[in-house]
Formats: sequence, structure tokens, C-alpha cells
Amino acid sequence: MRDLMALSEQPEIISLAGGFPNTESFQREVFDEVQEVIGRAHLAAALQYGPTEGLFELRERIVEIMAAEGARARVEDVMVTSGGQQAIDLSIRTFVNPGDVVIAEGPTYPGAVPSFTTYEARVVHVPMDDDGLRVDLVDETLDRLAAEGARVKLLYTIPNFQNPAGVSMSLERRERLVQLAHERELIVVEDNPYGQIRFEGDPLPTLYELDDGAGWVIYLSTFSKILAPGVRVGWACAPGAVLRKMNLGKQGQDLCSSTLTQRFVLEYLRRHDWRDHVGRLNEIYRRRRDAMLRALEEELPAEATWTRPRGGLFVWATLPSYLDIEDVLAAAVQREVAFVPGHAAFLDGRGRHSMRLNYSSVPEATISEGVRRLGQVVAEMTELHRALSPRSGA
Amino acid sequence: MAVLKGGRSLEREISLRSGANVEAALRRLGHDVVPIDADQHMVRRLREAAPDVAFVAMHGRGGEDGTVQELLEILEIPYTGSGVLAGMRAMDKVAAKADFAAAGVPTPAGYAFSQEAFRELGAADALAEIQRRLGLPLVVKPVRQGSALGIRLAREPGEIPAALMAALAYDDRVLLERCVAGRELAVSVLGGDDPWALPVVEAIPRGREFYDFEARYTPGLTDFVAPADLPDHVSQEAARLALACYRALGCRGFGRVDMLLDAEESLWVLELNAIPGMTDTSLLPKAAEAAGLGFDDVVARVLADAALGP
Repeated sequence: MRDLMALSEQPEIISLAGGFPNTESFQREVFDEVQEVIGRAHLAAALQYGPTEGLFELRERIVEIMAAEGARARVEDVMVTSGGQQAIDLSIRTFVNPGDVVIAEGPTYPGAVPSFTTYEARVVHVPMDDDGLRVDLVDETLDRLAAEGARVKLLYTIPNFQNPAGVSMSLERRERLVQLAHERELIVVEDNPYGQIRFEGDPLPTLYELDDGAGWVIYLSTFSKILAPGVRVGWACAPGAVLRKMNLGKQGQDLCSSTLTQRFVLEYLRRHDWRDHVGRLNEIYRRRRDAMLRALEEELPAEATWTRPRGGLFVWATLPSYLDIEDVLAAAVQREVAFVPGHAAFLDGRGRHSMRLNYSSVPEATISEGVRRLGQVVAEMTELHRALSPRSGA
Repeated sequence: MAVLKGGRSLEREISLRSGANVEAALRRLGHDVVPIDADQHMVRRLREAAPDVAFVAMHGRGGEDGTVQELLEILEIPYTGSGVLAGMRAMDKVAAKADFAAAGVPTPAGYAFSQEAFRELGAADALAEIQRRLGLPLVVKPVRQGSALGIRLAREPGEIPAALMAALAYDDRVLLERCVAGRELAVSVLGGDDPWALPVVEAIPRGREFYDFEARYTPGLTDFVAPADLPDHVSQEAARLALACYRALGCRGFGRVDMLLDAEESLWVLELNAIPGMTDTSLLPKAAEAAGLGFDDVVARVLADAALGP
């Protein structure tokens, strides 16, 4: 499997596997301008160590960005991290001891899986539908786990344009989840990298906002999607006691996030409205999403299903249950197209008929061609399956 | 000295690891080394580099099946390992089994089909007959694929279709083979006209049903015993069979013959790898070590047999 994934990074392969944002549309003049300012006015500081929690002014800007999504945060609750990935890792590391239960969406973010396994969490998946996490089932799951005597430490969720499922949690469910967190004293880690990558529909309040300062929601986000992933700047927003533990963990990991790229982000934010850049990105992504949905409609068989994301970077497609996704991937890679197999998003072996398809990193024509090849593979394997199935009267 | 590695086969990653080890050895031996990742620029890069010899450290389709070798013939660059025809035969498990059987080497009974046979000729209706003849469990393999990729064990009739689907995802031909339960042995062979066998190595996968891809390349998942703990007559017979296979296909340089030893002390040859793995967890380097040969010695010997022609 690892080797199939490594092959998908070959240049000849159409990779619908990565989760790469578009970095080509970042304007060269803007980059030069920001770089020039850093060199002229902030060079020594930008090359120096910085505070573990991040540059103060950058944290102020982060509070503003959160406000743009309706989440009121305080600067002292914000810690800059090395990408959203570190924020995920630190939050799990802070709460989870080996054997503790983490509740996660099924499917969950494949990139969180290494952290879950490193800290030996027992991950219990709760299914999703078109309105996101089935919060009613969270309630049941908590009851069942309590009866087992299991210690549930936290719930990890991506409420907006979930990776990999592409769906968002409805307002009603958000309210119910926060209520549950309060009733059950459950920590909710809200990972929100895609909230601003919205093509249609109105934004919904964050869980952080709905928690209203009660301290049950830890909010994570990143500049990877609204600016560029190469800066590796993300953040966590959490109550003081939690943040202090995360700060300690971060000291052990890297002392501080790159001051150079924090400075880059800060100087960029001082001079430009990040919403303009996001607006341009969303326009590109929306067209690519449309191309992918069109291609899926044309190329996949009637028994296949897939989500229709209104934002974010991914479509989650599910093939007929007689196709094993690892076999499909092996055949697809030989046709030079790749995707993330569904079981990478589960810790319990499920997802063997699903795949995550990314539309943000390749142009429309390439998306269409990639999905066309995928459709061919699926059609051939379906035909083979039929030929291999016992026939009545044979 | 050019080292050809990588390529587009599913064993690309393994080949990069073999290639890196070979490169390091060639440098220690005092050669100038040009590593070439085999892609669409390979022929051009080989022309530019104009090496005295190309060390082919590629596995699987493209690199191990005679394709790259044919190009090296055209470019008149002597290369290590088997020639075009031997590589082609070794890669095709069905052709190799036929050659082995003709040379008196026992291999498990099997039947091979193309994807078309199932799709167009109703081969599925013959599955019950095949199962009756070969018994259960049944091993289902892609005909041309290395590193145990796509191999499945069908324990009951209902598992055969899914196993065929998996194998056919890796190749358009599939081999259904009688399952031999037994110890996994490998005999590596060096040399050209007068080949000799290295000590037998046994691979004991830990808690896995067979020596699969993960077990092959993940350190710690498999215990290796080199030389294998076997009665003398079995070791000698294993060496004899390995040499017979090597000669039957007309290999040169190096090769590795994989076989099983069943409970009745019978040996069954499964396949011959014309370009054996040279990674840190590979069998040939372990066999060489058991014979008192270092990795560099092996590379030097394989290099000495480099040639053009069949």
C-alpha cells in the first residue's frame, strides 16, 4: 500500500490523491514585496528563535481571522503551531493516554491517524451522512462506552467540508454536539482548516463559538488553505490550562514555529486582505469541483455514490461493495491515476469500498481525464466481477 | 558504471532501495557511478553517460522482464544479470513453470487464464473443476508480478472470485496454483556458464499466513535463518533444483529461486527472480553473508558477468 502511494507521486501519474491547495495563484509581486520588507526591517528577528506560543501580533491577526468566521477568541488563548498538523498532534498528545477512547468521524482525516496511533488512542468511529457527524449516534456511543467502563477523552471533528467526506455538520447537530459536550463533560477538538474554502451556502457558527467560552471546545486551524501550506503556520485556540500543556508539548517538539514564516504570514496580513486571495482560490476550486462532479456523473456506474461538497478540497466516493478499493488502486495506478483508498481514513479496517478524490491540485481537463481512467478501471473490474459471479442455471 | 533503478513498476520503491545499496557498493569498489532513475529519459541519459556497464537494479515489469535489457542490447551497453529471453521467461510464472517442469523440477500444479477467458469465454464455469483438481486452499497469483503483490489465498470456494479480482488488478493473467504448506526457502545463485548456489535461506514470517509484501520489506516482520536449518540432503537437493532452474531459463549473473519444503521433505519450486532484491531485508545478501561473501563481493561478481547477448 505504501508503495502504491509512493508511485502515485510519480510525475506521469494523475494524482487525485494529494490534498494540495493551489499555490500557483499566489502572486509573485506580493511574495517579493513581503520578502523585501522582512529583509529590510525584520531580518535579525525573523532569523531568531521566537516565543513558543508564536509572534504576538500574528496571534492578534489570528483572532481577527477567527472573528471573520464568527468565532470570538482572546489573544491569550491562541498558540501558533507548525501547521494545523502540529495542533492536532498536540491536542491528542495533551489528553490521550494509551487505551483512552477518541471518538472520530467515520471516515476521519487520514492525516490524524498517525497521531491517534502514536499516542495509542482507541479510536471509535461514528458514521456521517450528508449533514455531517451523526451526533445522535455520538450520544448512544458515549452510553455504550460508559457501560464498558471506557475512558472517552475527546471527540475529534472537522465540521466544515470534512476531509475526506466533503460534507458539513448541520447547525442543529452543531448545537446538539456542544450541548452534549457540556452535559457529558466531553472535550471536542474542532479542526477547521476548510471553513473559508466555501463555494456556496452560508457559513455556520463554529463549535467554538457555540461553546460560548465554556472551555469544552479546542479550536484548530491553519494558514495552509487560506494562504499556502508551505509556510507551515497553523494555530490552536484553547483555554489557558489546556494551552499551557500544549505549550509544554510544543517546546519539546520544536521550541517555536519558524519565525521566518510567521513573519512572512504577518507581513502579508498587514499589507493584504487575505479574503481576496481566498476569493481567487475558491473560484478556481469551485470550477474544479464542478469538473470532478461532472466527470463522476459520466464515468462511474449507477451503483456508485459520492458526496457533493459545497466547499473544501475533497469528494468521497463509494463503489459497489464487490470491489475492494486496494485492488482498484492497484489497477488504477497502472493506468496512471491515483486516489487515497478509503481505509486510510479508518482505524478499524472499514472504508474498503471508498476513496477520497481531491480536486484542488489539478486543472479541470486533468481531473476529467483522471476520472475517465478511474471509470474505465471500475467498469472493467465490474465486468470481471459479473463474469466471476455464479450464474443461475450455469 | 550506470545503475538503473526505480522505473514504473509497482516494485519501484524496492528497486530504489536495491539501487542505492548497489551504488554504494560500486563506489566502495572504486567505480564512477551514474545512478539513473528509469523513466522516459532513460535512453537519452544512457547515451550521454555512455557507461562501460549498466547494473540493472530494477524489479518487476519493465526492468526484470527483458524490456530494459533489450534497450541495452540496442545501445550496446553490457549489462548485469540475465539476458532478454531469460528475464522474460522468469517474469512469466507460467512460462517459467513449464521450463522448470521440462527440466525435471517439481512445481505445484496450476492453471493460468487471461482476464478475457473469464470475461469472454466463461472460464468461471471451470472454477469448480479447477478447485476439484487442485484442492483447497488455492493460491491465486498474478502471472507477471513480483514481491508477492496481488497474491491471495482462497480457503473456500466462495473466496476464489475475490482472490481472482485481486490478482487480476495486478496483471491481465492469473495463475491458480495448488497450495503447498511448508517452509519458505530461497536459494540464490551466482555465476554464468558454471553457476553455483549460495546457502539456503529460510524466511519465517512472524504471525502472517505467508511471506507477503509487508513481511518481505519491513525489518522485524520476518526472521531469516541463513544457512537454513535443514538436513544435508535437503540443502543439497534445494541447491540442485535451484541450479537446474537457473540453467533451464538460461540466467546469468545472479538469480534467486523461491521454493517450499513440505512436511514430506519434498521441495516445490515456485519461481525464479532474475533480479533478486538487494535491499537490507533481502534474501540474496543474507545468503552471501552465510557463505562468507560480503555485499561488495556479490556486486563485484555480478558485475564481472555483465555481458550483451542472450
